Amino acid sequence: MTGKTLRTELFRLIQFEIFESFRIAAQQLAANRTRSGLTALGVIIGIIAVTLMGTAIKGIDIGFDNSMAGFGDDVLYVEQYPWNTGADYWQFRNRPDIKLNAADRLNQIIGSNPKSFLAVAINAPACIQTVLYGKRQISNVYTTGTTDQFSYVSSTECEKGRFLNEAESKSGRNVCVIGRDVASGLFANTAPLNKVVRIRGQEYRVIGVFAKQGSFLGIFSWDSQVVIPLVSYIKYFKANQENASIRVKVKDKNRMPDAIEELRGSFRRIRGLLPEQADDFAINEQKSLRSSIEPIKTGLAIAGLFITGLALFVGAIGIMNITFVSVKERTREIGTRKALGARRRTILLQFLIEAISICLVGGALGLILSYALFLLLTRVFHDFPIQFSPLLVVLALLVSVVTGILSGFAPAWQASRLNPVEALRYE
Amino acid sequence: MQESGIIIPVRLTRSKGESVIRIHGITKEYFMGHAVIQALRKVDLLIRRNEYLAIMGPSGSGKSTLMNMLGCLDTPTTGTYEFNGKDVASMEDDELAAIRNKEIGFVFQTFNLLPRSTSLQNVELPLIYAGLSRNERLIRAEQALASVGLAERMYHKPNELSGGQRQRVAIARALVNNPSIILADEPTGNLDSKTGQEIMNLFESLYATGNTIVVVTHEEIIARHARRVVRLRDGLIESDRENIED
Ligand SMILES: Nc1ncnc2c1ncn2[C@@H]1O[C@H](COP(=O)(O)OP(=O)(O)OP(=O)(O)O)[C@@H](O)[C@H]1O
Ligand SMILES: [Mg+2]
Repeated sequence: MTGKTLRTELFRLIQFEIFESFRIAAQQLAANRTRSGLTALGVIIGIIAVTLMGTAIKGIDIGFDNSMAGFGDDVLYVEQYPWNTGADYWQFRNRPDIKLNAADRLNQIIGSNPKSFLAVAINAPACIQTVLYGKRQISNVYTTGTTDQFSYVSSTECEKGRFLNEAESKSGRNVCVIGRDVASGLFANTAPLNKVVRIRGQEYRVIGVFAKQGSFLGIFSWDSQVVIPLVSYIKYFKANQENASIRVKVKDKNRMPDAIEELRGSFRRIRGLLPEQADDFAINEQKSLRSSIEPIKTGLAIAGLFITGLALFVGAIGIMNITFVSVKERTREIGTRKALGARRRTILLQFLIEAISICLVGGALGLILSYALFLLLTRVFHDFPIQFSPLLVVLALLVSVVTGILSGFAPAWQASRLNPVEALRYE
Repeated sequence: MQESGIIIPVRLTRSKGESVIRIHGITKEYFMGHAVIQALRKVDLLIRRNEYLAIMGPSGSGKSTLMNMLGCLDTPTTGTYEFNGKDVASMEDDELAAIRNKEIGFVFQTFNLLPRSTSLQNVELPLIYAGLSRNERLIRAEQALASVGLAERMYHKPNELSGGQRQRVAIARALVNNPSIILADEPTGNLDSKTGQEIMNLFESLYATGNTIVVVTHEEIIARHARRVVRLRDGLIESDRENIED
């Protein structure tokens, strides 16, 4: 066959057989609306399950990224414990404290090396405290002690007032910058600036309120934090030394591995570790937190795929059954079409496309329903991170088509093989 | 029903007399368990262009079996079959489908129209399988419907038509691809005698304009329209003679 006849043959196939098959399928579905709708139920449920699963997983990823952005993707954390530890917590208990002067030592080392991958190290120890104002109080507030240089390693943008200045951080004046949730919790109707709050019996004057930074699944919120000068922190929270944390800004976040290696080497020098001794500190980065949400995502994926698989399997059996019934009912029609010149391929396509159409309609309905569900969810849970992606739509429709092909093939094949005479004779 | 104004395209391209169908030693056996039913036993038949042939015979004599064979709906157990000089006994299903589509026009006793489609869509069907463009399909289907006197019934569905009108739609559908031969298995079997007569008049005019027609019938009065009558009995041709005009 030459290229040209092949092309015209292909054109013919698409224009007449496939188009015509879709037209017949539409006619058939319209004529058997209830039956087709009921059959499509499995596919509808399957598609809802798969899109909601995909949406939730994507949403968790995005929500995670948004909330973790607060940790900074170009910041390393030198601390006693690695972030993503679980049961092996005890291993790290006997590690020495991270001393506050270690940050100065680090800065010296960084400063003496012009080719350093690191920019600056900043002390930012933190602990959980309760903040009071009059009769109101907010507990579980993430309280950090740091300097005016904090802006290198974290967002210090304020919606009201300002962040710590150099004088305040040097002198250790009792001032604080509070997160948005802390502000709205303590000062419902009054302006928070210049009010005095109490933390661990000490009074701090509010000089600023952070701009909204977001939260993660309601588990963790950047808006529930308080920052005070490092000097005050050392003075009043000495017992919380194990929460010491040195944040190190990296010059180029694309060279993270080099930066980590350098930091590890420098910190081993500060600790005076021998080459055969293991690290007695941890270098954390935002990325290492990602693995902590993997189990949630995997769980969701397994549950979603199980429900989807089950629904689609049941749906596929139903569609196969209904297509067999359709072939039986229309045996004479098949005979007639064959007598008028329909080829096996044409008949096969016709019934296959009919099954695919049921699935596509089911898939589209499923998408519409899950979109409605998705709108409802976002309305009810404002901060719930759900995302409805175009990729998901394509995936859902693809799954529908594959289900249609798998369930329609056997009956369509049977129809295409019918002997015309027997089909015409069928009562 | 008004008979006036029937326009039937005259075939000028095909000369009278050359053979359309030539079958030789055709047999057809059906196996029912251990029993073998011989529906056709060594049938020879030659049908020339622009013949008008009636096949008669008692019930079960093999008329429909022969007709299905002629129409390439079925393949013989043994024997040779040439259609327009081409051997079709050994053809694959898809090749047979092409012949059924382009060379043969079927008319059934039970009409076999698609119930949910309009007259026009029914008549379009063979053209779709032939791969004609939508425009061309419409023009030809409208023409065919007009030629059987149904220009006013194009958008009616079968259940909105009388029996005779349904059979006319079926005839238009058989004609629309300009086939070499029209095969009708008891086309008047489901019609009252007056309507049957009208259908036979239609065949008469189709014959007059150059078509080749084979009609299976029980009724002598129907067979009288044909120019040649073949009688079957027990799967054999009992007689094959020209109709004597009276
Ligand atoms: N599919 C089949 N299986 C078994 N036997 C068959 C089959 N089709 C036809 N026969 C047998 O072949 C013989 C011829 O049948 P055919 O339908 O050709 O008869 P006919 O002449 O058309 O009869 P009628 O006038 O009643 O339509 C009959 O004995 C019939 O029982
Ligand atoms: Mg018969």
